Amino acid sequence: MFAYILRRLAATIPVMLVVAVLVFLMLRLTPADPAAIIAGDNANAEQVAEIRKRLGLDQPIMTQFAIWVTKLAQGDLGESFFFKKQVVELIADRLEPTVSLAVLTIIIAAMIAIPLGVIAAYKQGSWLDRIVMGFSVLGFSVPVFVIGYLLIYVFAIQLNWFPVQGYQRLSQGFGGWLQRLILPAFTLSVIYVALIARMTRTSVLEVMNEDYIRTARAKGQTEMKVLVRHALANAAVPIVTVVGLGIALLIGGVVVTESVYTIPGLGRLTVDAVLARDYPTIQAVILLFSLVYVVINLAVDLTYTIFDPRIRY
Amino acid sequence: MSLTSRAASALLSHLRMGLSRAVLALSALFFLSAILSAGSAHAEKTLRVVMHSDVKILDPIWTTAYIVRNHGYMVYDTLFAIDANGEVKPQMVDKYDVSADQLTHTFTLREGLLWHDGQPVTAEDCIASIKRWGAKDATGQKLMSFVASMEATGPSSFVIKVKQPTGLVLVGLGKPSSNVPFMMPKRVAETDPNTQISDFTGSGPFVFKRDEWKPGDKAVYVKFDKYKPRSEPASGLAGGKVVKVDRVEWRAISDHQQAINALLAGELDFIEQPPHDLLPLLKADSNITLIDVNTMGNQYVLRPNWTAKPFDDARIRQAMIYAFNQEDFLKAVIGDPEYYKVCKSYYPCGSTNYSTKGMDGLLESNFKKAQDLLKEAGYDGTPIVLMHSTDLQVLTNLAPVAKSLMEKAGFKVDMQSMDWQTLVARRAKKDPPSAGGWHAFITNWIAADIGNPIFQAFMNSACDKALFGWPCDAEMEKLRNDYALETDPAKQKAIAELAQARAAQVVTHIPLGQWFQPSAMRKNIAGVLPAPAPVFWNVEIK
Repeated sequence: MFAYILRRLAATIPVMLVVAVLVFLMLRLTPADPAAIIAGDNANAEQVAEIRKRLGLDQPIMTQFAIWVTKLAQGDLGESFFFKKQVVELIADRLEPTVSLAVLTIIIAAMIAIPLGVIAAYKQGSWLDRIVMGFSVLGFSVPVFVIGYLLIYVFAIQLNWFPVQGYQRLSQGFGGWLQRLILPAFTLSVIYVALIARMTRTSVLEVMNEDYIRTARAKGQTEMKVLVRHALANAAVPIVTVVGLGIALLIGGVVVTESVYTIPGLGRLTVDAVLARDYPTIQAVILLFSLVYVVINLAVDLTYTIFDPRIRY
Repeated sequence: MSLTSRAASALLSHLRMGLSRAVLALSALFFLSAILSAGSAHAEKTLRVVMHSDVKILDPIWTTAYIVRNHGYMVYDTLFAIDANGEVKPQMVDKYDVSADQLTHTFTLREGLLWHDGQPVTAEDCIASIKRWGAKDATGQKLMSFVASMEATGPSSFVIKVKQPTGLVLVGLGKPSSNVPFMMPKRVAETDPNTQISDFTGSGPFVFKRDEWKPGDKAVYVKFDKYKPRSEPASGLAGGKVVKVDRVEWRAISDHQQAINALLAGELDFIEQPPHDLLPLLKADSNITLIDVNTMGNQYVLRPNWTAKPFDDARIRQAMIYAFNQEDFLKAVIGDPEYYKVCKSYYPCGSTNYSTKGMDGLLESNFKKAQDLLKEAGYDGTPIVLMHSTDLQVLTNLAPVAKSLMEKAGFKVDMQSMDWQTLVARRAKKDPPSAGGWHAFITNWIAADIGNPIFQAFMNSACDKALFGWPCDAEMEKLRNDYALETDPAKQKAIAELAQARAAQVVTHIPLGQWFQPSAMRKNIAGVLPAPAPVFWNVEIK
């Protein structure tokens, strides 16, 4: 297994290189000019050119790329054009809100979706099954920001149960942290509840007619044990895959959710950086997201060995 | 009951119990956190504000961005400032004298002025600051072209000698908008003007908390306890800058609707620029007050590119100014007449230099005249590339109106939609419009930036040295120079009128109307000062 992990990690290097090249080129091909944005509306051409020179944007693209990759290889993500802060510092500052949101979202989604999926499978064809599946379709169809605004209107403005926006660091208190994250996490979890519930239902349905389920019942085990220990455990591999993919997909979700709820996480950093054409920050964040995606996929593959001992690497 | 039903019931029961416990636990946490937060809210007076943009850059000389100018007014002080009537008043300066020949200007600083690090403000600091500003700002550059020398004559006094009499000394040092001549310590002001400063020590009424600055989240300013306000009452950007709160937090909320939701919910105290289409939401709430801080408002303008054919022909540009009318533009964006004003002047209505000279017959949608001009100039139907900004609500609807009016006049218009930042990059290009260049775009100026021919960046007609659009007109440059050298206000106004008439004749740009942007605040906030830039001294939380 150790050799397998090493091989997989080694395989991330070319992936990251391709991502690096693509991100770098795509940014340079977009029409906007960070120097003009930084200079402001009253700046003349000379001032813009001076800033461009300071940022190194007057050099050929290949030279810029070589400088960036060389620094990257040394672990230097560069300095933000705008904030005059090291990008690594910016990212470190934004990591906690995003990780908090992502983890809470997945916990909420899994807590709701897996039982719902199991119940829907057990009650296949019943009204409960139809409601769960109907909700799934709705969850897939409604955009995250619409759900966000609806929840804000009801729970923050009308009922005044939660704050409208903002984030409180975990170090400032668990209560405030949770209070500010509940609505965003519920907002973001809707699509994952739909996704995981559907996958759980399908997977459980597939195993419910297996011999070992019949055997377990014949041994006199309670339905709960049959359901959890035998059915759910054997249906876990595809569910774990979906949850893993969900974490990766969250990257896209947090961008919108963080913007709606004004959470200073990596999602908002990405939006701000893109709007301002802050090349070093965009490049670093996208590389980080790619790395997270690759690592999560690896982690998902490794968890297969836990749920299915037949799988060996 | 079947086995499956029992299992489902058991699972549902577990779920219900789990959910009930979770709800109870969460409720307890919320109460606890609410009690804790209520306790801390009384500890200090914090003003929670949403500005029009997040502060990304902290050097108000390095960039002309308005948000950085606003940051500058928090942290730095100025030698002079304009009051609510637009008059230049001493601010850091205690005594100011000008010699009889108007060539020697003497300044003495107020006693007790301190930098945030506790060091006294000196004349050397001010000279270094003026030099840095003068190297970067267009008005500053103009002023410095008249300056023979600047010398400290004591710890808190200095002299500026000019080569010829000019009214630009006070006008420049009291410039209210970007770039504002903010005073910085000598060690900071000696930074290359093209390099951002990294030391944010000022002598203004607030201290910038660099350790609490989270770009994209918030910028924090705390009261500078050792700041010595002037004795006069606060007026505009001048007078006593008395701070009545302990702390001001600029929160970065990019979503307008969310900012308004937060204001309504009491999570914020002040929003600088709520969009006009959401104002009814705010008006309907009895806890909210709308206030017009920038009473002179803003002006929409269309900027033609003189270097792009056929706009190199004045008659083609004139056809636009005849085809346009301001009401159509203002209705399309602002909508409510309470917040806009048809103002056929290059200077804001209500300002010192306001005039209608040279504007007769213009901006009245005289399509016949426009068509005649196009015919006379031999317009061949070349598509006019009109850049359309789509992501800034205050600009989005303008370009379609321009397109419609221009087409009625006989122009063929190629309106190209893009985000503002793309437009900003593209407007700097002199390429032909068919190869990534442009013919025209519409933008906005705040009134403080267009009060006279020197401040009006679009009147600068110095060809390649002018702003994008690059008008080239020696007569206009002569008038701007005359204005800078004139010291008599009445004569200055006469020159400003001539400059306006010239701008309309050669069409450096086209004014598309004046509009006003109210700010929104909760009813318990008082003391917000009308001024060209939003400032937070004198503001109190009741």
